Amino acid sequence: MGTVLVNGTPVEIGANERLNVIQVADRAGVEVPRYCWHPALTVVASCRMCLVETGEKKPDGTIAMVPKLVPGCQTPVKDGMVVVTNSEKVKTAQAQTLEYLLLNHPLDCPVCDQAGECWLQDYSYRYGHAHSRLHEPKIRRPDKNYIGDEITLFTDRCVMCSRCVRFTREISGTAELQIINRGSHAEIDIFPGEPCNNKLAGNVVDICPVGALCSKDFLYKQRVWWLQMKESVCPNCSTGCSITIDQNNETIYRLRPRYNPQAQGHFMCDEGRFGFKYVHHPDRLGEPLALPKAGPPANDWPAVLAGAQSALHETAQRNPAGLLGLLSPWMTCEEAFLLAKYLKSLSPQVRLALGPVPVEGEDDRYPKGVDGRPLANTLFTIRAEKCPNRAGVAAILQHFEGKVVTFDEIKTDFSDGRVEALYAVGGYRLPWLADSDRSWLSALKLLIVQDILPSPASGLAQYLLPGGSFAEKDGTFVNHAGLAQEIHRAVRCPGQAWPDGRILWDLAGRRGLFHAPTLRAEIGTEIGALAALRSGRLGSLGHLLSEGAADQASGGPLPTWAPSPSFPPAPPVAGPPSPPPPHHSTPKHPAASGAKP
Amino acid sequence: MPTFEPVLLRRVGKESGQSLAGYRADGGYQATKKALGLAPDEVTKIVKDSGLRGRGGAGFPTGVKWTFLPKDHPGPIYLCVNADESEPGTFNNRILMEHDPHQILEGIMIAAHAIKCHTAYIYLRYEFGRSYRTLDRAIRECYDNNLLGKNILGTAFSLDVYLHRGAGAYICGEETGLLESLEGKRAWPRIKPPFPAVEGLFRKPTIVNNIETLACVPHIIERGVDWFRSIGVPPDPNNPRDAGSLGPKLYCISGHVNNPCCVELPLGITARALVDDFGGGVWKGRKVKACVPGGISMGFLSAAEMDTPLDFNGPLRVGCLGLGTAAAIVVDDQTSMVDVLFNCCRFMAHESCGQCTPCREGTDWSRKILQRIQAGQGTLSDLDTLTEIAQSMGTIPGTTICGLADGAAWPIKNAIQKFRDDFEHYIQSGRKTAVAVTA
Repeated sequence: MGTVLVNGTPVEIGANERLNVIQVADRAGVEVPRYCWHPALTVVASCRMCLVETGEKKPDGTIAMVPKLVPGCQTPVKDGMVVVTNSEKVKTAQAQTLEYLLLNHPLDCPVCDQAGECWLQDYSYRYGHAHSRLHEPKIRRPDKNYIGDEITLFTDRCVMCSRCVRFTREISGTAELQIINRGSHAEIDIFPGEPCNNKLAGNVVDICPVGALCSKDFLYKQRVWWLQMKESVCPNCSTGCSITIDQNNETIYRLRPRYNPQAQGHFMCDEGRFGFKYVHHPDRLGEPLALPKAGPPANDWPAVLAGAQSALHETAQRNPAGLLGLLSPWMTCEEAFLLAKYLKSLSPQVRLALGPVPVEGEDDRYPKGVDGRPLANTLFTIRAEKCPNRAGVAAILQHFEGKVVTFDEIKTDFSDGRVEALYAVGGYRLPWLADSDRSWLSALKLLIVQDILPSPASGLAQYLLPGGSFAEKDGTFVNHAGLAQEIHRAVRCPGQAWPDGRILWDLAGRRGLFHAPTLRAEIGTEIGALAALRSGRLGSLGHLLSEGAADQASGGPLPTWAPSPSFPPAPPVAGPPSPPPPHHSTPKHPAASGAKP
Repeated sequence: MPTFEPVLLRRVGKESGQSLAGYRADGGYQATKKALGLAPDEVTKIVKDSGLRGRGGAGFPTGVKWTFLPKDHPGPIYLCVNADESEPGTFNNRILMEHDPHQILEGIMIAAHAIKCHTAYIYLRYEFGRSYRTLDRAIRECYDNNLLGKNILGTAFSLDVYLHRGAGAYICGEETGLLESLEGKRAWPRIKPPFPAVEGLFRKPTIVNNIETLACVPHIIERGVDWFRSIGVPPDPNNPRDAGSLGPKLYCISGHVNNPCCVELPLGITARALVDDFGGGVWKGRKVKACVPGGISMGFLSAAEMDTPLDFNGPLRVGCLGLGTAAAIVVDDQTSMVDVLFNCCRFMAHESCGQCTPCREGTDWSRKILQRIQAGQGTLSDLDTLTEIAQSMGTIPGTTICGLADGAAWPIKNAIQKFRDDFEHYIQSGRKTAVAVTA
């Protein structure tokens, strides 16, 4: 326990917390500008932007300040410490450091991707000067588009914070990025012929505070102030990285990781980062279709849903055990709950099974050692299970079916006719059925397919219900560790497709509109394993299922292994898309009120 | 002035400095025998009591530094010998290495024993080819004669000495820059804490000492603490923080003098006496304009400040950074300080490692400004800009990771402060010594 004075404001620090001055100042709502410090990387204290004055408060109340400035990032705080960030000395140092950084910095703002989220812009505005005193030519350096397949470098914009170099050494372990030359001629570069193509490469673009390292995918596409931001979760593997979806005019332009100590930390992999293009694929299913074996076709939602409903009713009455609901691990908990509950309401003998769970290779752990094998202390994992919610859907199936039947187990029932009617939900990013599956699919008496992309099943379905991708719906994903996180709708479904929650809500004949928080409360009350959903809201960082019910409203107990509620504070709960500036002045984590040790 | 009988330089040019046999015949390695008979802590205490201060530039009390090592550390503890002598104007280490390598090795042995170290690295700047060959030969002689390796002189003490060559960077002379380079990485100085004594080479406790500092050690052991303390300037009795300026010092004199040389004298000689009595006076019958007191990082003495004693306190009193390496460079009165300062800034800009913002940008900026002044395009406001750069680069304490920025800032600060007329006249007269400004 202890108290630190930051510009006169007392800040509590816990007994087991190890914080630096930047983190403590953040708690007091005071920004200490910095470039090279990053909470996930080693401290180098080289940018000198975070210089502050420190001192200590003696027992008799007098304050003794240290005569020299110290970098906030390398100064651990302790009880009784006094931090001053707004003195003339500090302000002069900040202004001077910014002048140095801008000295040779090209005036690229009008053409630079980083504009609007650039720390050089932001800090210059807040702490620097508006004029340059350089009368000599600036150092010019050539651009390097060979840095990586996804990464390009605008060399003369670099401020030598070395975050990218440290990232490739400490987080990915692949060490592709290095610094060449000495002094003011230092540049970021790669070893010739060995570009930065590791699977975490995209993160260096995020951590670069200026527009030096840019994403080739996003280059020149958007100005960041045009982008609307929505909190979500990456669906491409069971790590379930917390992300932000940046979209403009119903088009997603990029995904960025959101810090979540319980989910994945600070980063995300390239598979997830660049793996959203399927959302805007021209082949996306966009029209509901009813092509019954008997009766007129239809292509409007009410008619299609009514047709599907009556077909399901008919099958359930005649041969309930022959009706199977195949729930994809890409469904949200709410969707799985709605479908399972509805199908079981038709008859308790209706069967439910888990759709195919895509698995590719093994979990890919980082950082790598020099031999390419992962080191013992894993900092990031790309999981082999390439779907977002197997755990959540399995919990639903466990409750309604009593067991989780896998797709492999149920497959034989198709060919020997024990299943004659199938309600299949897809939502997979990649093809999940093969051409060879057409044989048993076409033998079905009733096939209802709810999916986002065409498949052998969608072509054979009597009822085709076009659904939404992860970016087009509200819901809950549960990751490999049992962390339940909220996803939020960032863009509209294409064509006439509906978010799956809406489809299933109407199909189940429920009144009103699909509303994820209300449905979570229902799920949490009904299913013990998902009691954590009971409050309806899971916050920005999600909630562990193992923690049981959480009363988020009063900022209840934190999950046991979370680090102290310290830097950075969580961004606001999903709501209106006000873009939070990176790391700065975001509201405190609800539990960081300082009440707990 | 009475001539000081050289101790460190006594074998220069003599047989006794050129081989192990000669060195031994002259009484060499007796101190080692004596030291190995003492406990390590006793040796440390002797060196501490002697008041020996580091000769590499910082002047930190050597024995005190040795006590910073953690007690009862499982080891290994390393000794790194800083032979990267790169401070402009300094060449005394080179003379010691080329002419009396065994004196240095003996100092290394005694120091290693005192700090319980069994592996020592000599980090030698690449450009010193002859020093490399003499040291290498001396080390081999030691190994062949049970003076290095296992069980030295039949005692339980073992020591390996590795001679490692640098690759041409001034920043490798910075202690943590040296450690990084020795580990095979870019010589980017580390942030402190942790200090090398706690976490140094390969993250083990490490002591880094200068060549000249270690050369003093055998003499302290052999002739005693009182002898060492009888030389130089004793600590000020009224100032408990004054560690004195004790022992003999190798002064380098270069620049515009008749007799550039390296001379061994008790600490405390004035700059004027050094130049006139040992440097042969200013050349070509000219007068002194400025004198660098201890390598260019320390700044400049003006002509009026030539009576400053060159000990650890003297230069500080007249606004210089310190004694540094005690390498005096004399500038005559027909030389413009603009050219001198440009030379200093060019060196620092070239050698800055580039890690921290003020040094990386400030050194290059100041070089460019001076180049522009030299090209006849300077303005008076440039002098204020230069002063401000010097201020933020180094004079405000704490702005950078290592002292190179301070060493870059001080010459600018001193030059403009003490020789402002020179600069103003240069600018206003439209004088030109360079043609164009290069980026």
